[in-house]
Amino acid sequence: MELELRGITKRFPGVLANDDVSLTARSGKVLALIGENGAGKSTLMNILSGIYRPDAGEIIIDGKQQHFADPGDAIKAGIGMVHQHFMLVPVFTVAENVVLGVEPTFAGNILNRKKANKEVEEISKKYGLAVDPKALIEDLPVGLQQRVEIIKVLLRGAKILVFDEPTAVLTPQEVTEFFGIVHELKSRGATIIFITHKLKEALAIADDITVLRGGKVVGNADPKTTTQEELASLMVGRDIDLTVKKSLANPGEVVLDMAGVSVMDDYGRPILDSIDMQVRSGEIVGVAGIQGNGQTELVEVITGLIPLASGAIRLKGQDMAGSSPRDIHKDGVAHVPEDRNHMGMIGSFTLAENLVLDSYYEKPFSKGIRMQRQAIDEAARVLVKDYDVRPPHIENTGGALSGGNAQKMIVAREFSRDVPLVLCAQPTRGIDVGSIEYIHEQIVKKRDEGVAILVVSTELDEIFALADRIVVMFDGRIVAELNTADTSPTEVGLYMAGQAA
Amino acid sequence: MSNQGSDYQELPVESYTSGESKSKVLNKNKIRRARIIGVILLILAGVVMFVLAPAAEGNATFGLSFPDDRFQLDALSVPSTGSLYILALVLGFLGGTQFLKGFQSKSTIILGISFALFVVAVMIWATAGQEFSLISMLVSTIARCTPIALGALSGILCERAGVVNIGIEGMLLGGAFTGVVMGSLVGGWVGLISATIVGGMLALLLAFLAINFRVDQIIIGVVINILVLGLTSFLTAQVLVKRPEWNDAPIFPAIKIPILGDIPILGPMFFDQTILVYGMFGLVVFTTYMLFRSRWGLRTRSVGENPKAADSLGISVAKTRYLAVIYGGMVGGFAGAWFTLGTVGRFDEGMTGGRGFIGLAAMIFGAWNPIGAFGAALIFGFSDSLQQKLALINTPIPTEFLSMTPYLVTIIVVAGLVGRARPPAADGQPFEKQ
Repeated sequence: MELELRGITKRFPGVLANDDVSLTARSGKVLALIGENGAGKSTLMNILSGIYRPDAGEIIIDGKQQHFADPGDAIKAGIGMVHQHFMLVPVFTVAENVVLGVEPTFAGNILNRKKANKEVEEISKKYGLAVDPKALIEDLPVGLQQRVEIIKVLLRGAKILVFDEPTAVLTPQEVTEFFGIVHELKSRGATIIFITHKLKEALAIADDITVLRGGKVVGNADPKTTTQEELASLMVGRDIDLTVKKSLANPGEVVLDMAGVSVMDDYGRPILDSIDMQVRSGEIVGVAGIQGNGQTELVEVITGLIPLASGAIRLKGQDMAGSSPRDIHKDGVAHVPEDRNHMGMIGSFTLAENLVLDSYYEKPFSKGIRMQRQAIDEAARVLVKDYDVRPPHIENTGGALSGGNAQKMIVAREFSRDVPLVLCAQPTRGIDVGSIEYIHEQIVKKRDEGVAILVVSTELDEIFALADRIVVMFDGRIVAELNTADTSPTEVGLYMAGQAA
Repeated sequence: MSNQGSDYQELPVESYTSGESKSKVLNKNKIRRARIIGVILLILAGVVMFVLAPAAEGNATFGLSFPDDRFQLDALSVPSTGSLYILALVLGFLGGTQFLKGFQSKSTIILGISFALFVVAVMIWATAGQEFSLISMLVSTIARCTPIALGALSGILCERAGVVNIGIEGMLLGGAFTGVVMGSLVGGWVGLISATIVGGMLALLLAFLAINFRVDQIIIGVVINILVLGLTSFLTAQVLVKRPEWNDAPIFPAIKIPILGDIPILGPMFFDQTILVYGMFGLVVFTTYMLFRSRWGLRTRSVGENPKAADSLGISVAKTRYLAVIYGGMVGGFAGAWFTLGTVGRFDEGMTGGRGFIGLAAMIFGAWNPIGAFGAALIFGFSDSLQQKLALINTPIPTEFLSMTPYLVTIIVVAGLVGRARPPAADGQPFEKQ
C-alpha cells in the first residue's frame, strides 16, 4: 500500500507543530523520517495513527482519501504503530498482549487461550518472528518485546507499519536482527515508515529519507548518495561536527575506587553485585549497558542516594560509606542525573533558583536564614552566559526550557563547581544535536582539567565518542572492562547482551 | 589511545574477586532475618512456658458438635498444664532451630505455624477448667470473614482496574443501613438488593470523580467513608430512634444444605449458613474465574496495568474502569447487608467497626487475588470470632484487650508477614487520553 500525506498542518496553542507537510511512503519500501526532537515527527505520527486530527491536509492511501476519527479507524485502514515506549502489559503473556481487544472467545466471553496462542504462532512463523506465546512479557528481553509489538500490529492486518524510534532501546545485535525483520516485512510487501534521529541507521535501512525541521519538510534525500554530515546539517539547519574532538587521556591518581560494592533491592536481591571499578583523574570512563542493568543504581550509590549493602566506595582514598548525599555532593561529586526533570531540576523554580539548588545554603547565597537574592542572581547570570543556556532569562522557570537548554543549565550548575569527580548519567538523552555537541565538548574540557569523569549512557555512539575506557554492565555486574581503542561496538554489544564473558 | 593499555594493568588486582561476595551479602541479610524470627519464637515459647502454663489448671474442653447435629463428635478434652508445656517445648524447639540454623525459605511458614500454635496455647489457657464450643467459634469464623472477604473483593475489583478504593468501609456502612431500613419496610430480599444498589451508587461517585475529574482517589475514599458515617449516624439519631419499626429487619435464616450439612465440623461451617455467606463463596469463585479467564477480566486487568496500551488497542479505559468500580461497589454494598440482615437485624452507628479497612488489608495480604484475599479474610474472621467467644467464657483477659485482637492481627499480618505483594502497575493512576 502506498501512503501519501498532502499539506498536513497541525496547530497547537502557540505552536505550529506541522506546517504543510507532504511526504510519500512507497509500497514495499522503507521511508526514514528524520528530525530532531520537536521537529514535529511525533505529531505527524499521531495524526497518522488517528490520535490527532489535522487542521488541514489529506491522508491518502492507495489513491483514496482517509478520515481517521480515532485510532480504530487508522488500524482499519491498515496502519500499525509500533510505539517507542512499548504498549505492553508486563504481567500478561505474549498471546494475551497480542489479542487484547480482539480476543478469541468461547461462549460467554470466556477466553480461548489455545486459539490466541495459535494465532500468535501463525504470524510468528509467517514472518519469522519467533517468540513463545506463553512467555510473560516482563521475562522477555526488549528485542523480543518489540517483536510482540510487531506481531500485534500484523495480527490487526497492518500493511503500513510505523516504527517510532525502534532502535532506541536495542543492543547493536538486536538492531541487526531488527533490520532483518524490516527486510522480511518489506519483502512481503509491507510499507514501512521508520522514525529516527539516528542518521547511521536511516542510511543503512531506508529507501527514501525525508527530513523534518521546525514542523516543515526541509528536504528529501537518497540514502545511496547522501552522507551523515549532509543529513545532520539538514536536520539542524547548520553545519554540525559529529565527531568529538579530544586528545589522548592523561590519567592520574585514582579518584573513585569502588571495591565489592553491592546494593540490594526491596526484596533482598542484588541490583549491584560486587562492583569493582576505578576512575582516575583526567580520564572518562564510559559505562555501557542496556537500560536497567544497574547503571542507575551505580550512580545513586556513588552519590549516596541509596544505601550500600556491602563493599567500599573511596573518593580520593577517603571512605564515603555513611556520608550523606549532601556531604558527598559538596566535597567531591558533581552529578548530572539521568532524569533531568525529576532529579536534575525543579520545573516550577526559576533558573536562578535551580542554579543554586545544591549550594543555596552556603555563603554567599545565604546569610543565616535569609537567602541573598542578589548574589544568587549574579551567579546565575554568569552561569547562564558561560554555558549558553537559551533564552538566558534567569527569572524564567526551569520547566519552560527546552530539553537541551535544561540539560545545559544542569551541566552549568554541576560543572561550575571544583570537584574531583563528575558523574554524567545519560547526559544527552532526548536533546537536540546542537546541545549534544556542546555538552560533549564540556565533558571533554572537564576531563582535560584533570577531573575524573564517569559517563553512563545507553547510546553506544556516545560511549565510543567520549570514553577513554569502557566498562560494560549486565545484570548488576561489570562484565567487561575495555580500552576504547582496543574494542568495537560489536564486542561491547555482545557484552551488553550478556552473551560474551 | 592504545598506549593506555599498559597503564591500567598496574591497578591493584586483589580487589577484582567477584562472585563470592554476592552470596555473602545475601547471607548477611538472611541470617539477620532468621535471627529476628528466632527471637520472636523464643519469646512466644517463654510466654507459654512461664506465663500461661503455671496459670492453667484442670482440663480444657473443646466442643466439636452442636447438640442437635446428626453425627455427634465427643468433646476434645486436654489437660491444660501438660499440653501447654508441650506447646512451649515445640515453640522453643522451632525458635531455637530458627535462631541457630534458620529454616531458610520456609521460615515464613514456620512463623505462621508458630503463631497458630501460640493461638492454640492461648485458647487452652483461657479455657482451662472450662468448656469452650470450638465448633461455634469455627462457624462464626466463616460468618465473620464474610464481610471482610467481600470488602477485599470490592477492593480487588476496583484496584485491578486501576482505581484505588479505600471507601469500602463507607460502602459497607451504607449497605448495612440501607439493608436494615428497606428490609424492615419491605422485606429481607428487597433490603439486600437495595444495599447492593447503594454500594454501586457510592462506587459510581468514586468512579465519576476519579475517572472524569481525576480527583485524588485516596481523598474520594476518605470522603465516602466520612460522608456515609455522618449520614447514617444522623439518620439513626433523627429517624431510626423515633421509628424503631424501621430498624427491625428480618434476619436471613441459615439454610442447611442436605447431606453436606451433616458432615461433622465442615457441615456447620460451610453448608449451614445464610445466603450472604453462600453469596460470598459464589462471588469469590465467580469473580476469580471471570477476572482471569474471561475477556472482560483480561481487559479489566489490562486497564489496571497499562491503560495506555489498552487505549491504543481501542479498549475504552473509562468504560472498563466504570464497570469494574461499580461492580466492586455493589459487592461492597452486598457485604454491608451482612452486618444487619445477616446477623442482628438492626443498625447501630458505625457498626462496621473498620471491617472495610481490614478488607483492604486482606486484599493486600491476598496479593490482589480473590482466593488469596479470602484466605486472609479467614485469619481475620478467626481472630474476630475468637475474641468474641473468649469474651463469653470467663477468661483472665480483659474484654477491652480481646476486642483489640482483630486489629492487632491486621497490623501484625500487614507489617510482618506480607512479602510485599505487587499491586497492579497503574493502581491509583488517573488515565488521561491524549
